Amino acid sequence: MIDERTARRLARRHAAERRFKLYGMASVAVALAFLVALLVTIVGKGYTAFAQTEIAVEVSFDAGPVKEGDFAGLVKSALAARFPEVTARNDKRELFGLISSGADRVLRDMVQDDPGLVGQKRVVTLLASDDVDMVVKGHVTAQSGRLTAPQAEWLASLRQTGAVSLGFNTTFFTAGDSREPELAGVGGAVVGSLFAMVVTLCLAFPLGVSTAVYLEEFAPKNRWTELIEVNINNLAAVPSIVFGLLGLALFLNFLNMPRSAPLVGGLVLTLMSLPVIIIASRAALKAVPPSIREAARGLGASRLQVVTHHVLPLAMPGILTGTIIATAHAIGETAPLLMIGMVAFIVDIPAGFLDPATVLPVQVYLWADSPERAFVERTSAAIMILLAFLAVMNLLAIVLRKKFERRW
Amino acid sequence: MNVASKPAMGQATLEDRRSAKVSARDVDVFYGAKQALKSVSIDIRPNEVTALIGPSGCGKSTFLRCLNRMNDLIETCRVAGSIWLDGEDIYTSGLDPVLLRARVGMVFQKPNPFPKTIYDNVAYGPRIHGLARSRAELDEIVMTSLEKAGLIDEVKDRLQEQGTGLSGGQQQRLCIARAIAVSPEVILMDEPCSALDPIATAKVEELIDELRQRFTIVIVTHSMQQAARVSQRTGFFHLGELVECGETEQIFTNPRHKLTQGYITGRFG
Ligand SMILES: Nc1ncnc2c1ncn2[C@@H]1O[C@H](COP(=O)(O)OP(=O)(O)OP(=O)(O)O)[C@@H](O)[C@H]1O
Ligand SMILES: [Mg+2]
Repeated sequence: MIDERTARRLARRHAAERRFKLYGMASVAVALAFLVALLVTIVGKGYTAFAQTEIAVEVSFDAGPVKEGDFAGLVKSALAARFPEVTARNDKRELFGLISSGADRVLRDMVQDDPGLVGQKRVVTLLASDDVDMVVKGHVTAQSGRLTAPQAEWLASLRQTGAVSLGFNTTFFTAGDSREPELAGVGGAVVGSLFAMVVTLCLAFPLGVSTAVYLEEFAPKNRWTELIEVNINNLAAVPSIVFGLLGLALFLNFLNMPRSAPLVGGLVLTLMSLPVIIIASRAALKAVPPSIREAARGLGASRLQVVTHHVLPLAMPGILTGTIIATAHAIGETAPLLMIGMVAFIVDIPAGFLDPATVLPVQVYLWADSPERAFVERTSAAIMILLAFLAVMNLLAIVLRKKFERRW
Repeated sequence: MNVASKPAMGQATLEDRRSAKVSARDVDVFYGAKQALKSVSIDIRPNEVTALIGPSGCGKSTFLRCLNRMNDLIETCRVAGSIWLDGEDIYTSGLDPVLLRARVGMVFQKPNPFPKTIYDNVAYGPRIHGLARSRAELDEIVMTSLEKAGLIDEVKDRLQEQGTGLSGGQQQRLCIARAIAVSPEVILMDEPCSALDPIATAKVEELIDELRQRFTIVIVTHSMQQAARVSQRTGFFHLGELVECGETEQIFTNPRHKLTQGYITGRFG
C-alpha cells in the first residue's frame, strides 16, 4: 500500500499539474479576449464603410449639357428641379453640396452605355457627399455634423420622400485614394500590395531557400560560415525602418529607380524578409533526419540529388510556412515603405510594377491621419481588408503544410 | 601483440590479396585529433560473409564506413592508408564516390526507408544510376530485389503504400532490397538486426546467407551467435585495432589472441 508520505507527494504533484493547466487556460483566455476586443472594435467601427448613402433624383438628360460633357450641370439642374424654392447663389451651392462631387461620372457612364437616353428623364441614385453619409449612418446628428441648417432641412425632406437609401459601397473596393471620402477606395492599395508581394515572393523565396540549402547542406562549417550565420540572425532583428533607409540609399539614390514603385517596395520587403525565410528554411532542413541523407548517399546519390530528391521535399512544409509568414509580415509593413515614397497620395490604380502605388498598411496610415469623419470608418474597413488578407495567407500556410506533411 | 601477429598477417597478405574483393592496408582514421582506427589491414574475400565484432566504440562502424567512403560526409573525419576494391584504390584512383557507392552498398543499423512508396524506395537507386531503360525493366528490378530480400510476399499487393508504414523488420528488409536493387558488388551491413525481433532477425540472417551467392558481405554485429551463424570469416576489433581476423570457426573455437578469447567468452565487452 502507499504510505502517507508518498500519498502526500502524489497529491502535491496532482495539484501542481492542475494549477499549471489553470494558468494555461487563463492565459489563452486573456489572449482570446484581447483578440476579440480588437476585432469587435475594428469591425464595429468599420462595417458601415461597406454601405454608402445614395440619393435618388430625377435627372433629365438634356442634349445641350450632354454634348458639352457638362454632367455636373445635369446633377445641379436635377437638384434645382427637386428644390425649386432654392434660388440664391449661396443656397444653391449648399444644395449641390449634398451630392458627391464625383456623382456626375455615373451619368456620363449611363449616357455612354445608352446614347438613346439623351432627351429623356430618369430617376438616378447619386452618390451622397460624405457629410450626408455620416448623418444618414448616424455617426453624427444633423445638427452636430458639418451640414448647415438648410442642408439638414433638405436632407430631412429627401428622407421623407424615401429618396435617401444605403447601397453597397462598390467604390470602396474598386477606387484608388481620393480627397473625398465617398470616392476613396482601397483598390489601388490592394493592387499595390499585391504587386509588392509578388516581387517579394519571387525574389525572397528562391534566394532564401537556396541560401539556406547552401549553408545547411553544402557549406563547410568554418569561421566564415559561422560569421554569416550570426549576421543573418542579427539581420532578422534589425528594425524594418533601417531596411527602408537602405532601400532609399541603394535603390532610389544609387540605382535611380522610380519613387513609390511597387518594384522598389517589393525589393525592400525582400531584404527585410530574407533573413526570416533563411532562418525558417534552415530550421526546416535541420529537422530532416540525417538517416534519410545517409540512406540516399549510401545508394550513390550526389549531394545535390540528396537535397532535391529527399531533403527539400521533406523540408518544404516548414519552408513554405516560414516564407508565407515572413511575406505576410512584410505585407503588413509600413515604416520601410514610407522611406521609399510609397506614402504619396495616389489616385490611379497602378497598372505595373513601376507605376506609383501605395500599399494597404500605408493607406491605413494615410486615412487614419485624415480629418474627415468619414475616413474613420474607412480606416477600420481598410484594416479589416488587411486582416482578411493576412488571414487568407496564414490559412494558405496551414493548408500547404497539411498537404505536404509526411511521416518518417 | 603486434610482433606476434604481424608475420602471420604478412604471410596471408600475398595469397589473400590476389583473391580479395576488398583489401585494406594500414588504415588510420582520425576524428579531429582523436584516432579511431589504428593501422587496420584486412582482406575481404568475394562471396563470403565477413563479420566484424568487438566492444562498443572500438571502430567497427568507422571501418565499415571507410569501405564506401561514407566517412567523407563527416567533416572532422580523416582517413589515411589505402583500401582497394578489385585492385583499385578507392581513395586515390579518382574513382567517384558516387560510383563507388553504387558498387559498395550499405544497410544501416536503424531501418531508414525514404518516406516514399515501397516501389519508389527500391526504384530510387536504379533510377539515379540509370540502370533501367524502360518502365518494365524498372518494375523487373524492383520485383526481383524485393524477392531477393524476401519481402515480396508481404508487400506485393501494397507497392504503392508508404515504406515507412511497414514493421521494423519489414523496413529493414526493404532497405536491403533497396541496396541490392543497384546490383552492388559488396554490401556493408552495420548491425542490421539490432532493431529487430528474433523472427525478423532469423529472416534477415537467412537472407544474408542467400545473398552471399551473389554479393560480398561485410556485417557488423554485437551478437556472437549471429557472427557464428552467418559468417565465414570474422574480424575482432579492440580499441581501434584489428586484433585478429580469420575463419569464423577458428576464431570461435580456437582464438589466437587472449583479448579475442575474453570477448567471445563474454568476460569483457
Ligand atoms: N562522427 C564522429 N565524430 C567524432 N568521433 C566519432 C564519430 N563517430 C565515431 N567516433 C568515435 O570513434 C570511435 C569508434 O566509433 P564507432 O562508431 O566506429 O564504434 P563502433 O565500434 O561502431 O561502436 P558500436 O558498436 O557502439 O556501434 C568511438 O570512440 C567514437 O567516439
Ligand atoms: Mg557502430
